[in-house]
Amino acid sequence: MSRRTTGLAIEAEGLTRSFGDTKALAGIDLQVPAGTVYGLLGPNGAGKTTAVRVLATLLRPDGGSARVFGHDVVTEADKVRSRVSLTGQYASVDEDLTGSENLVLLGRLLGLRKPAARDRAAALLAAFGLTEASDRQVKKYSGGMRRRIDIAASILNTPDLLFLDEPTTGLDPRSRNQVWEIIRAVVSHGTTVLLTTQYLDEADQLAGRIAVVDHGRVIAEGTPGELKSSIGSGTVHLRLRDPGQRPEAEKVLREALGVPVQLAADPVALTARVGEAGTDLDASAQASRALGELARAGIVVDNFSLGQPSLDEVFLALTDHPAVPADERDNELEAAR
Amino acid sequence: MSDTTTTTTERAPSVYVPSAEALATVLAPGARPPRPSALSASLTFGWRAMLKIKHVPEQLFDVTAFPIIMVLMFTYLFGGALAGSPREYLQFFLPGIMVTSVVMITMYTGIGLNTDIEKGIFDRFRTLPVWRPSALVGMIFGDVLRYILAALVILGLGLVLGFRPAGGVVGAAVGIGLLVVFSFAFSWVWTFFGLILRSEKSVMGVSMMVLFPLTFLSNVFVDPSTMPGWLQAFVKVNPVTQLVAAIRGAMSGDADPSATMWLLLWSAGFLVVFGTLTMYRYNRR
Repeated sequence: MSRRTTGLAIEAEGLTRSFGDTKALAGIDLQVPAGTVYGLLGPNGAGKTTAVRVLATLLRPDGGSARVFGHDVVTEADKVRSRVSLTGQYASVDEDLTGSENLVLLGRLLGLRKPAARDRAAALLAAFGLTEASDRQVKKYSGGMRRRIDIAASILNTPDLLFLDEPTTGLDPRSRNQVWEIIRAVVSHGTTVLLTTQYLDEADQLAGRIAVVDHGRVIAEGTPGELKSSIGSGTVHLRLRDPGQRPEAEKVLREALGVPVQLAADPVALTARVGEAGTDLDASAQASRALGELARAGIVVDNFSLGQPSLDEVFLALTDHPAVPADERDNELEAAR
Repeated sequence: MSDTTTTTTERAPSVYVPSAEALATVLAPGARPPRPSALSASLTFGWRAMLKIKHVPEQLFDVTAFPIIMVLMFTYLFGGALAGSPREYLQFFLPGIMVTSVVMITMYTGIGLNTDIEKGIFDRFRTLPVWRPSALVGMIFGDVLRYILAALVILGLGLVLGFRPAGGVVGAAVGIGLLVVFSFAFSWVWTFFGLILRSEKSVMGVSMMVLFPLTFLSNVFVDPSTMPGWLQAFVKVNPVTQLVAAIRGAMSGDADPSATMWLLLWSAGFLVVFGTLTMYRYNRR
């Protein structure tokens, strides 16, 4: 445990990086406490991947500086590399090799002798439920198994800092839960995790602190609780039986909740944010009161749900513009090559 | 191959449930082993190349079938016209076609590297605390084995067709050795292009544009003395010409020290210039 550092795992000041005319990072500041999961939350193209690549020494910043456990990512890259590990969005193991061969290969590269590398590979495969698949080529793995071997490869040397770039994108809910469990176990053993995600609930579930990233900048930072109380903790979605009752329903809701109500394109749907900062009621109490008011007014509700604000709603609240459309991200990745 | 059985069992294994105890055993931070030496890291990357050959044996097609086609095609196409008979021509031509085939195969180094980068695996390698060039050196070690295999295939076929090197086994071995030295150095040209070009296709395009003139405008197929003066000037400085002359000398038992020296200088030049450029790009990305 002695080599774990307390204090800050990552300190970045004013990091910038451009690809041609695209400013992927426009001055990012980060302070990531050691021993925690830190979430970088943002839409595609926000600069999350670029930030991770700079911090993992894969990309040089144009400006600003960053230190990982006190070592500069540019001038002391080798020292940084000996303490971090990265699971990128794409293949981070060789698809042509078997799961076992991949782990033995990395073990050897990290300085283990062959028998020790084999033992380590077998132990990791067992812990990640991949023993049966150990002699199969990785390209024959399912999506969830792929992610697990990626993460197993990343913790081969129990790094002090693990970068996980969108670890659950494209996974089914069960595989996603498995990955979450693994991340919790990793951090409980002292490894700091920097996680990028597009999902607020993922950041909420795992991260101790979250930085919301947009257009290469951090636009909000804090614990999940702080962030949510600043943007409202939930959203009510309603569907009425009779579209004719919508104007009345809007009025009732507005009065009951004291917030503006959005009318969706669907002629029977309404949405409103609840649990807004500054109100003393919690979201569910507000929502149930609103439901009661609607019933009293004789408005029939077919469908009702109370959910966390989506990333889109977080963005609307923080920036007054919705999350950037997906195709901008392809440009970023293209440029990052 | 057990592929047919593995695909059916794909869904069968019981659902994985991460267990805190099992994960605890692999997450306990152990002592870090010392960093591997440059050679050990390079050899480990070379081992990866061997494993890839084991799993994807089709990739040996271009070091076996391609050279065989080259030898047969040109020997019977030009042999009668240029030297009276294919067998006669082969005595002159075999070292040259060996060089042409192997030098052409070097471009797969660039294509392989480009594919690895495209897939993302190089991000993992680049975050490892190992000697920086080892991933590339190891990759080229794997390719060197392919060059040797191609050279042996061509030599074997030549012997079957009637090639009789006066230099004997030693001469042939020295010749192949020189070819390997040059090809190792020349591969760094392609690692550089593999890093700077965006796609596999463009690497292929650039390689062809360089390789065709380099191999054909040389002494591989014919004696340059009948060529126009300006062309002779190019042929004379072309490293492929020096390489072929050196190998012909070694295989015929009549060493050509001047060509051998030029060949080694060219090899050192390629290694230093393109090795440096490659590592500069590799670190800067």
